[in-house]
Amino acid sequence: MDLTQYNDILTIIFYGTSIGLILIGLYAALVKRSLIKIMIGLSIVDSGVNLLLLSIGYLAGGTAPIFSPAVIDKQNVIMVDPVPQALVLTAIVIGFAVTGVGLALIIRLYRHHKTVNIDEIKNLKW
Amino acid sequence: MILLIAIIIMAIILLAAAIYAIIQKDLLYAVIATSVISLILSIMYYVLQAPDVALTEAAIGVALTTIVFIITIRNTERYEGKKYIKVGKKIIKK
Amino acid sequence: MKKVIILTLLAIVGYYLIDVFAQIPFGVNRYEGQNVRDFYLEKSKDDLHVSNAVTSIVVNFRGFDTLGEVTVLFLAVTALGSILYRRREDAHKGVVFFSASKIVRSGAHLLFAPILLLGAYVFIHGHLSPGGGFQGGTIIATGFLLMLLAYHDYRVSHEILSVVESLAGLTFVFAGLGGLLLGKAFLENFLPIGTINFLFSGGIIPIIYIAVGFKVGAELTGLLYTMLNEKEYKKS
Repeated sequence: MDLTQYNDILTIIFYGTSIGLILIGLYAALVKRSLIKIMIGLSIVDSGVNLLLLSIGYLAGGTAPIFSPAVIDKQNVIMVDPVPQALVLTAIVIGFAVTGVGLALIIRLYRHHKTVNIDEIKNLKW
Repeated sequence: MILLIAIIIMAIILLAAAIYAIIQKDLLYAVIATSVISLILSIMYYVLQAPDVALTEAAIGVALTTIVFIITIRNTERYEGKKYIKVGKKIIKK
Repeated sequence: MKKVIILTLLAIVGYYLIDVFAQIPFGVNRYEGQNVRDFYLEKSKDDLHVSNAVTSIVVNFRGFDTLGEVTVLFLAVTALGSILYRRREDAHKGVVFFSASKIVRSGAHLLFAPILLLGAYVFIHGHLSPGGGFQGGTIIATGFLLMLLAYHDYRVSHEILSVVESLAGLTFVFAGLGGLLLGKAFLENFLPIGTINFLFSGGIIPIIYIAVGFKVGAELTGLLYTMLNEKEYKKS
């Protein structure tokens, strides 16, 4: 896949999409009233941030950072940066763990207050 | 050239699915839109030459996050806002 | 009024984000001379004999962060188990269940063993091809989820899951302590490294990834089993 000549368009697409996802998710987390909608918004923010982190390490004309038998003997092979990939791997798993614990707390709150609307939950206990 | 058109279409689908997910009042449809976001994101990770991250996002974002959300919706409400509230014996429409 | 304030806040955040990221050019080699990317790629190929550079970074060069991540996942599953505790036997009294249809049941029976085999393949060959412990563990949890959805009285023994998870975590820590006992640093390699692209290469890296695969698979299966035990709340 040779995408070297479209660099300007690709800059706008990748950075613009990820920043757009972050802003849409933040809007849902700040404005909406139902607790499940807020969790959906936070999950969208996680996806946007991971895409932004990963698109910094890309090199035009590069290939995946794996030394398979086809690539290992050639000289001057450009490889993509492997450090952001290792960081995003950790971030995806921890994002899912936080979502899971948040949703368990929502189930427990519903059992006690019989509603998931944040305007009607006024006590501080459970 | 075809790859560039495919990337532009995928970016438009991402933003449209995100806006649909936060506008829709039926929460089951919003969760399906979130899983569509994870699926398209997995393909974009592959275009950026990162196969490990694409595997992880496809396994965790599509399968596990969707099922955890659906279990929560089953145990709580399905629609976002209630349509009627009951005060004493009268029913007031919100 | 409140929406106007929030939209202004989001516009300010968006403006500064775009302003910063417009100064980072996309897809261009930004450093001259020796930099972090070339250093890690050369060391992974020449000093460690591991083909997958991302695996060598996650397990060997930044191995302590992986230990922290495994701890955070364990903490999250334990917290979830303590919030939603209910035994499966007395959770569904008086509720009539319909089993899933014949297609789902026979499909789950046929697909259960190949999915487990695929998950094991992915985390055993983590240092040779794209894959690794976290990916393989999640695939194993998806196989168990298919069986849990098809049969409403499918039991998974909690004791065996706890034992497998604890043993896998202890293997990770002892593999790291082995380096300390032999005079090197924590989590440093002490087994002989083989030739590149062979199954037995990379020292202790395959051993750590197999332990992580078992641990993540058992943890996520326990999480799904706990969440599916909740009684459906009857609206009155």
